[in-house]
Amino acid sequence: MLHTYAASGLVASPASGVFSLTWLLIALPLAGAGVLLLGGRRTDGFGHLLGNATSWAAFLVGLALFAGLLGRGAGSRAVGQHLFSWVPVGGLQVSAGLLLDPLSMCFVLLITFVGSLIHLYSVGYMAHDPDRRRFFAYLNLFVAAMLLLVLSDSYLTLYVGWEGVGLASYLLIGFWNRNPEYAAAAKKAFVVNRVGDFGLSVAIMIMFATFGRVDFVGVFAGTSHASSAVLTAIGLMLLLGATGKSAQFPLQSWLGDAMAGPTPVSALIHAATMVTAGVYLVVRSSPIFDAAPTARLLVVAVGAVTLLFGAVIGLAKDDLKKALAASTMSQIGYMMLGAGLGPVGYSFAIFHLLTHGFFKAGLFLGAGSVMHGMNDQTNLRGFGGLSKVMKITWLTFGAGFLAIIGFPGASGFWSKDKIIEAAFVGSGWQPWVFGLAAMLGAGLTAYYMTRLFAMTFHGQARWSDDVHPHESPLVMTIPMMVLALGSLFLGAVLGPTGAITGWLEPVVGAASEGGTVLAPTVISLATLALVVIGAGLAWLAYGMRPVPTAVPAATWATVAARRDLYQDAFNEAAFMRPGQYLTRSLVYVDNRGVDGVVNGLAALVGGTSGRVRRWQTGFVRSYALSMLTGAAVVVAALLLVRL
Amino acid sequence: MSPLTSSVLTATIQAPKIEYSQVAPMLIVLGAAVLGVLVEAFAARRLRYGLQLGIALVGLLAALVSVALLAGAHHIVAMGAVAVDGPTLFMQGSILVFAVLGVLTMAERSLDPGGTAFAAQAASVPGSTAERDAVGAGIMQTEVFPLTMFAVSGMLLFPASTDLLTMFVALEVLSLPLYLLAGMARRRRLLSQEAALKYFLLGAFSSTFFLYGVALLYGYSGSISLTGIADAVSGATGGDALLLIGTALVSVGLLFKLGAAPFHSWTPDVYQGAPTPLTGFMAAATKVAAFGALLRVLYVALGGVRWDWRPMMWAVAILTMVVGAVVAITQTDVKRMLAYSSIAHAGFLLTGVIATSRAGLSSVMFYLLAYGFSTIGAFAVVTLVRNSGGEATHLSQWAGLGRRSPLVAGIFTLFLLAFAGIPLTSGFTSKFAVFSAAMAGGAAPLVVIGVLVSAVAAFFYVRVIVLMFFSEPVGDGTSVVLPSALTTIAITVGAAMTVVLGVLPGWFLHLADQAAVFVR
Amino acid sequence: MRRVNVYAPILVLGLLSTGFAVVSVVAGSLTGPKRYNRARLDAYECGIEPTPQPVGGGRFPVKYYLTAMLFIIFDIEIIFLYPWAVAFDSLGLFGLVEMVLFIVTVFVAYAYVWRRGGLDWD
Repeated sequence: MLHTYAASGLVASPASGVFSLTWLLIALPLAGAGVLLLGGRRTDGFGHLLGNATSWAAFLVGLALFAGLLGRGAGSRAVGQHLFSWVPVGGLQVSAGLLLDPLSMCFVLLITFVGSLIHLYSVGYMAHDPDRRRFFAYLNLFVAAMLLLVLSDSYLTLYVGWEGVGLASYLLIGFWNRNPEYAAAAKKAFVVNRVGDFGLSVAIMIMFATFGRVDFVGVFAGTSHASSAVLTAIGLMLLLGATGKSAQFPLQSWLGDAMAGPTPVSALIHAATMVTAGVYLVVRSSPIFDAAPTARLLVVAVGAVTLLFGAVIGLAKDDLKKALAASTMSQIGYMMLGAGLGPVGYSFAIFHLLTHGFFKAGLFLGAGSVMHGMNDQTNLRGFGGLSKVMKITWLTFGAGFLAIIGFPGASGFWSKDKIIEAAFVGSGWQPWVFGLAAMLGAGLTAYYMTRLFAMTFHGQARWSDDVHPHESPLVMTIPMMVLALGSLFLGAVLGPTGAITGWLEPVVGAASEGGTVLAPTVISLATLALVVIGAGLAWLAYGMRPVPTAVPAATWATVAARRDLYQDAFNEAAFMRPGQYLTRSLVYVDNRGVDGVVNGLAALVGGTSGRVRRWQTGFVRSYALSMLTGAAVVVAALLLVRL
Repeated sequence: MSPLTSSVLTATIQAPKIEYSQVAPMLIVLGAAVLGVLVEAFAARRLRYGLQLGIALVGLLAALVSVALLAGAHHIVAMGAVAVDGPTLFMQGSILVFAVLGVLTMAERSLDPGGTAFAAQAASVPGSTAERDAVGAGIMQTEVFPLTMFAVSGMLLFPASTDLLTMFVALEVLSLPLYLLAGMARRRRLLSQEAALKYFLLGAFSSTFFLYGVALLYGYSGSISLTGIADAVSGATGGDALLLIGTALVSVGLLFKLGAAPFHSWTPDVYQGAPTPLTGFMAAATKVAAFGALLRVLYVALGGVRWDWRPMMWAVAILTMVVGAVVAITQTDVKRMLAYSSIAHAGFLLTGVIATSRAGLSSVMFYLLAYGFSTIGAFAVVTLVRNSGGEATHLSQWAGLGRRSPLVAGIFTLFLLAFAGIPLTSGFTSKFAVFSAAMAGGAAPLVVIGVLVSAVAAFFYVRVIVLMFFSEPVGDGTSVVLPSALTTIAITVGAAMTVVLGVLPGWFLHLADQAAVFVR
Repeated sequence: MRRVNVYAPILVLGLLSTGFAVVSVVAGSLTGPKRYNRARLDAYECGIEPTPQPVGGGRFPVKYYLTAMLFIIFDIEIIFLYPWAVAFDSLGLFGLVEMVLFIVTVFVAYAYVWRRGGLDWD
């Protein structure tokens, strides 16, 4: 099993010592989910406690493993744990194994730490829900599946985790399924994700056909011999998978609807972790993308389009959670952009992913806290002035706000700035287009986040009389405070010290500095200027002036943004309608069409017009005719093939 | 004496040789069937049910043991009529296991207040006094068991036949009892009888195609044995219109049995009308037998002309997958939906057949095994959901099932997830195996279509899951009836194997791989 | 001796049967009296009036078919006995055992039909 799988020649050593516990990371939350789901109502009483316990225990295991990895030299920080031979036959060798390396370690810590904080928060948030136990079971299931996704050592096991997080996400979006709209949202998320999953499974099939293996070691070893067409095909299919899971253009439409789920779910799954799985997939597959420039260029393009797309939608949304969802889409666009840039961007994409995990989870938990105090209302126009009554929420949300707009010194500043800078690396038209798009995105981000922040916490109070906003209990605010600290300082700890690039270098290669078409200082200053302009304009429009509670009439551009830039209308016209037509016509042919021919013949031959009216299904004669026709076609086809 | 008669008479007639031990599985099942007929003739009515069930189960298990004892055999027996080789034994084993589970569900008597799912007296006119009397007397048509055994014996012979006439006999032996059984439902009898009649007429129609194809292949090669045809094909120089038309017609006959489009039209009607336990058994075991025969014909006899039949099979596979998955979306009856799902699965299986390789053979065999367990289990679950009129098969009646009976709905969800090919269920492993075999066999576009269709198919499976768990129950008296140990065993085995074949398929994949060599 | 094609007997049989059919129909039409009446147009040996069909899903008496089918099944079994009898010597004990098994099987079916009332007319 001693094979390299990374550009730098990193070799996974067999698990021993503390690393033999790696499987516990997945097993603990999985066991929690199993007990809670199978135990039924008997476990209602301690369901939330068990859910928390397993999640925190997984975090402790993660910390121990992290310490273990730190204790090793940079070149040997990879551990493989063989679990069992899943499909061990002839030409089909797939074993289920885990791979712990710096890249997956980042995710393990993010998932278990942020996940555990959100478990804690949910104890308060879901306190009054009769199905709280089931909620924690699903959360645990999600954590287990997500850990499997990032820890697996082959694409096939990764796919299991990939489907697992999809299932958990689906169950959690539809958690309040008594509302048919929410059930529809869950279904939409599922269908769109299937398109992405289709891409991933085709990619795996191509890998298997080309390399005969689907584990990272085998696939990456084979990339040097494979033709560039095949690699491009794999890359494009992987990208399709990534766009589905990470809500990237053109499969972004489900994320807004996914906000139907409970807010802790939005924070954990649809902001901090699951939606970033696409970025993980691209970064993990770096050897493939490095050998397929076309696919990589498309990754950058998808990232750039999505980051602007999401930001534009975010400008006009009046729904607190949907605005944050649009922002998530846009921020993941940044990561995708970074990941598509190749070695100059991989580690910054992961860096932004980590900081984003903290500040976006913090923002969502803040949003949840606001909703908690405001009778589950999400309309921004019904808020205002909350900074006085919800001090902790205001401060923690403010920390996340500073991080996301890239306020100098806050976490987002360090990570986003690096991606923007990396986007300017290169020659020709690409650095200009992508770099300027990324820069523009920063300005837009500052605008919509300031708008959102001001409309929620500042200005005069616009809430109705029956609402009594209040601060949330400690069990909710403590996780928010922890995440706020992360939003402010995590970037400074990891970024300027070079910790993150050094840590990831064995996996993704060195992130070389320089080579930008503009001086880095110029880029930073210009970005900062755009951020100041964006934030200033928004503050003028929403912080200084009163906000109307009714939705004002707007230009076509605003309307378009409010409607998610017509993505649903487009999907409906482009995919749903043709699909429905196909279904209908196939059913028609299957049931009626043949009958029509039979009856038409009968009418012609027998002259009995009465029979034509009996357009009824299920006649044996029509079945027989369809068989006869089929047989004739089969015979003709065989003869024609030979000719 | 004329020259003609003397030439016939003087020809020395060799006594044929039958290796009884090698064909023991079929003989045991046939013997049990004949014994069952005797029981019907002489045993007292109240004893019959117990006797028949005992004979059927003992016979099937004994046959299963004899299959296991034959493991590793690789030869042609019975004067070149029957092959005892890996594929034969693997498929016979699968069929026998499915038959055991099928007989268990068919014997279930605690779901319907009247008795089993089969009519008290199949010959009585629906709605007549004779029917009421029969129902009132609480009798049951125990001929069901010997009929099933006859069908099983045909299924055992079908994939083992090495000449086309034996194959035709097997086809009829397996079909005729099924036609009859399909018309014997206790509830909705007219629907059931209509289904049986349709199945019979169309089955007879397809048999003639098969037979005509056999005649043409004989005309081409001068032989009805598969190896003889293969020899003729490999030494062929021309004049092969006979060969191609024969190939096409034999394929049509076999494709009908496995429910491939455009020969699928009987499937939904029959699956819906037939007694549900029988539907489950038929869907699982007939598919195995029919794919076994198709594989043997295409691989052994017609392997030499695969470049001719592969494009046709491509088209059939694509059409089958698309029709099955797309039309299933609009179904409102759970049995019809499962029928279209079985059509789609036939399409997925055909992609493995097209691979024309050892991997193709072994993956199809594995798929059949995995699919059979899930199917029998799924149809067994359908028998549990009932209202006063019998089984509640309209999907709207399944709404909210997950709230009332989480366990049953959960198990059905497991089966649906397996049909959808979600990882860690047998459906994923088997689809993966079939698709990778097809991919390696140079059928990449087919695999892409297959994966795309599975994505579509996942939609309607999930729709049912959503319906069961996320919808408000309708108050029309639909409830889940607790079954006796018989159905419980069948469902448990089905569910357990669905998980085992998904999580730890190694042993079975290995077995299928070892078995995947046809004797020639 | 010139070698006879193996298909020749089939050809001869075909010619014979065609000839018989043609001859009997032609002879019948030439020699029979040409009086048409109701009885003459009745169904012959088939039990049921083909027209008009019973309205509203009426019932056909099935007994005649049942008996006819049973007759055909048992009648056809005898076909296997002739060639066996001709080749009895060369088939030996094997042939005897197989034939006994065959007849036993047929008798099982007979027993079933008899016990379940298949042979009762009413």
